[in-house]
Amino acid sequence: MRVNAEASTEFRSLLAARGIEARPVGPEPLPPAATLEVGSPDWGRCAQTAQEENWRWAGAFAEDEGAALAVSACLEKQGAYLVLRTRVAAEQPELPSHAPHYWAADRAERHIQDLFGIRFTDHPDPRRWVRHQAWDEKTHPLRKNFPAAGSPPETTPPDSSYPFFKAQGPSVYEIPVGPIHAGIIEPGHFRFQAIGETVLHLEERLGYVHKGIEKIAEGRDPASLARLAGRVSGDTTVGHAWAACLAMERAAALEIPPRAAYLRGLLAERERAINHLWDLGALCNDVGFAFGYYQFGRLRELWLRENLAWFGHRLLMDRIVPGGVAVDVSPDVAKRMRESTVVLRKELDELISIIDANSSLEDRFLAAGVLAPETAAALGALGFVGRASGQTFDVRKDAPYPPYERLNVRVALESQGDVSSRFWVRYKELRAALRLIEQMLADLPAGESAVPWRMPEPHAEGFAAVEGWRGEILCFVRFDADNRIARYWPRDPSAVNWPALEKLVLGNIVPDFPVCNKSVNGSYSGHDL
Amino acid sequence: MLRLYGKILKTGVLTERVPPRPKDEAVEAEGKKLKAVIDRRFAGSLAIRQVDAGSCNACELEIHALNNVYYDIERFGVHFVASPRHADILLVTGPVSRHMEAALKIAYEATADPKWVVALGDCAACGGEFGVSYASSGAVANVIPVDAVIPGCPPTPFDLLRGLLSLLAK
Repeated sequence: MRVNAEASTEFRSLLAARGIEARPVGPEPLPPAATLEVGSPDWGRCAQTAQEENWRWAGAFAEDEGAALAVSACLEKQGAYLVLRTRVAAEQPELPSHAPHYWAADRAERHIQDLFGIRFTDHPDPRRWVRHQAWDEKTHPLRKNFPAAGSPPETTPPDSSYPFFKAQGPSVYEIPVGPIHAGIIEPGHFRFQAIGETVLHLEERLGYVHKGIEKIAEGRDPASLARLAGRVSGDTTVGHAWAACLAMERAAALEIPPRAAYLRGLLAERERAINHLWDLGALCNDVGFAFGYYQFGRLRELWLRENLAWFGHRLLMDRIVPGGVAVDVSPDVAKRMRESTVVLRKELDELISIIDANSSLEDRFLAAGVLAPETAAALGALGFVGRASGQTFDVRKDAPYPPYERLNVRVALESQGDVSSRFWVRYKELRAALRLIEQMLADLPAGESAVPWRMPEPHAEGFAAVEGWRGEILCFVRFDADNRIARYWPRDPSAVNWPALEKLVLGNIVPDFPVCNKSVNGSYSGHDL
Repeated sequence: MLRLYGKILKTGVLTERVPPRPKDEAVEAEGKKLKAVIDRRFAGSLAIRQVDAGSCNACELEIHALNNVYYDIERFGVHFVASPRHADILLVTGPVSRHMEAALKIAYEATADPKWVVALGDCAACGGEFGVSYASSGAVANVIPVDAVIPGCPPTPFDLLRGLLSLLAK
């Protein structure tokens, strides 16, 4: 890991060489990240410089400061996080776009455009994104003068006028799918252009489950925000609650006990293991291999039941709280958890040799849905999607936070970038999670599992990055004067990974879309907020 | 291939009586009643179309679990279908996001009468953590008529089974 301040100074001098003035903010408001303020006319060129210097563009958020709107962009390079910040007038706000330099900035800026009303002047695709028909173009829900209740129409009409990309020509046809899909899954719309069986183009239209999470976070106390964060994406309840609590604790300069950090680690690795088991089974199911679906599903259910018995909730909701965790691991539970990892490992050994020998599975997985390493790098693809295409970044290893800085994190890697690679990366990550669980149980420090909350300074802000089971989760919080949340911004890895699906499905046959989609498994809720 | 069959045989049948705890024998009896109701009123099969109208996806995970080998809800004659046209029950999760309002109403209209709507989870029941806002219409009952509510965040597969049983045994 590089020291953030060093990376920041280096970037500042690169900007200076291009005639761009960037000011460090003192004292640093978002440790361990470094913050630089730049003038709004230079905003686009900052991104250009960052792109040339191989920084990864990780996310952006805005804040309503009254007369001005502050926009912050998060960059990462070799584990160093840098937050660039600029301000624009609240009246007719305009800002150069980062999207010409970073693909990942495209939808993130459209999200800000829809919710704050900032126009990104040279954005290549300024169509609405998270906004459908629940509010109009002139109103902006995340402005402070917009009431959380809004003034929605009596019934919200469907967004039928969205200008989708069209393909024309002999034998090109269109397949609209969703928002309601033919299964027990989240809603979203996919618009395919196809020739025969082959996918020529895919356009995603998301935002259907936009629940106003960023808005309804405002005014909450820390415990209440942790509960909301645990519902940004239900399958990542531990990951998002951890990110939110870490950001709040940093804002309040609150140090949690070492035992609490280890317990959070145990919960997070269990969440990772359970979700990977589910995905491995679901990938088998999507190619008609029922054996894998039921076997992995069986193992997953056993771990969910253990969660209920040991921690009181199958999915571990609300177990991570500001200041620590609401649960503890008794010596008896530690022993049983250790035994359970041994049993699971043995089961996996047996299952995976059966699955590996199954050529019909290989036929469907190999060479399906290829995301080339260059494409993954250009997008900044995260988690198993990135790691199946040769991208090594893992917050636990590259920018570790307690307890991972004391653990030996092995990062799984594959390089083919196909469905098969994403299957095997998950499998390896599952094995690595079992090792981490054993390591944490062996080294579990004694002491408290939580400390009392401490009220942060007025307007304190905090930033956190944690490795959820899908990849890097970012979180920014700002407090108001009395321990209340003024701004909450969660960035699920799905927000970055969704565009990868549009690329990797190209040239595949339409019937392979479900398995391609499952292999990425983006969260709709985590994306739509 | 032989090893695959070997593993299947060795795993055996794991499907549990509902629920496995002896003190809850009442629910097992309820299960039998449910089966009788489904046999009589739905010719042995009850079809459910699940609609996520804005959920955080936790409820979906637990609905999926109903199909795993331990619960195997199909043994009671309950199965999930791909089209509302084939459904007896719409099982709706989430606070209804305003962006899903139209789609949910269309799914409701597309379901043949007689039909039941079950609001699943705290959000569907009362708005839950999200409530009513510029982006959320809150409870499912604010958008379409609801016949039964299964609370929980999310309800466990057992809660789900019990909820369905109690609706049908009415």
